[in-house]
Amino acid sequence: MCTVCGCGAGEVRIEGKAAVGHDHDHHHGHHHDHGHDGHHHHDDHLHDYGSGPASTQAPGMSHARMVRLEKDILAKNDEYADANRSLFAERGVLALNLVSSPGSGKTTLLCRTIEALEDTLPIAVIEGDQQTSNDADRIRATGAPAVQVNTGKGCHLDAHMVGHAARHLGLADGSLLFIENVGNLVCPAGFDLGEAHKVVILSVTEGEDKPLKYPDMFHAADLMVLNKTDLLPHLDFDVDACITNARKVNPRIKVLKVSARTGEGMADWIAWVQAARRMALAGHRAATGLEGAA
Amino acid sequence: MHEMAICESIRGILEEEAARQAFSKVDRVCLEIGRLSGVEVEALKFGFDVVMRGSPAENARLEIVETPGRAWCMPCGQSITIAARYEPCPACGSHQMQVTGGDEMKIRELEVS
Repeated sequence: MCTVCGCGAGEVRIEGKAAVGHDHDHHHGHHHDHGHDGHHHHDDHLHDYGSGPASTQAPGMSHARMVRLEKDILAKNDEYADANRSLFAERGVLALNLVSSPGSGKTTLLCRTIEALEDTLPIAVIEGDQQTSNDADRIRATGAPAVQVNTGKGCHLDAHMVGHAARHLGLADGSLLFIENVGNLVCPAGFDLGEAHKVVILSVTEGEDKPLKYPDMFHAADLMVLNKTDLLPHLDFDVDACITNARKVNPRIKVLKVSARTGEGMADWIAWVQAARRMALAGHRAATGLEGAA
Repeated sequence: MHEMAICESIRGILEEEAARQAFSKVDRVCLEIGRLSGVEVEALKFGFDVVMRGSPAENARLEIVETPGRAWCMPCGQSITIAARYEPCPACGSHQMQVTGGDEMKIRELEVS
């Protein structure tokens, strides 16, 4: 079984292999891909309502009773996210969760970012897609280590997959870790991966009302990168209206205008990443040795 | 949203609780779903029956309590109810709001046997 958390394998594949492909010599009483035993919450408790059947319960007898749980449905994901966050903090890693629709230019933005920063700091990438390792291949072509997570039917990365992928990568202290989520403006909003920031990438070919159509994602993000700005002269896209819409759902969201293709605005994006990394490194034991590297 | 994944998380929790609290059948599941949680309640109901097959909660009755979206309007300095994240404050029209509630997704209680 998995040495990190004892999980079973599912449809999720990391680098083409089942996320956890070990033999199982124990019984898993559940069917889903990321369930675990051994991470129980102990803050919940059992309440028996009514003094009748509950107080007369005898072993082997079955009767209705109420169990009060008050448990977050995504509590398990959040536990894994907390574990990832601790791992990142311990290693002085800045983890950014990049989310967008399919085709917004996330991978191109990443390749350009790696090219700009790879001489100054260690960078690693976790690529999430339902199928294929095309994106991880593109990243690896830049020289940065990348691990591909195929979610199968899953529409988002969860914290458990990211924990496995991060360990698979073997992160260097002080790394910059990009997590490129599955292209989807809906589901990834609800899943904390342990990242420092969610960064939503919106390309100007998509329409300025996307933040209103998919408010959860723009609400969850700290930064919106408006990508493909080189195409603006050919489009009716209203940049100001788009930013206004984003601020309607998230008054504190920051916005950068970038063309990963031409390089326009890339310096601002790089500066933002470096500033975020300094924040992640602040107070970290690796900071002294890595200070000059940022 | 990801209603099937949410149903699978619910199933995982129920199976864990069934082992821990020694019950074999779940007759009723009561969820609390906030209106800002991004969950489509109808899709959740649909996915629930499918995902619970073969689990202790097969054929369980699903009850969903929907809680309103709440936000703190900064210009007004008061708490307001909103139906969606992009809605302006009904009193002043501002979007300078901090969401304070309505994004919950919880299992409140179970009826088990």
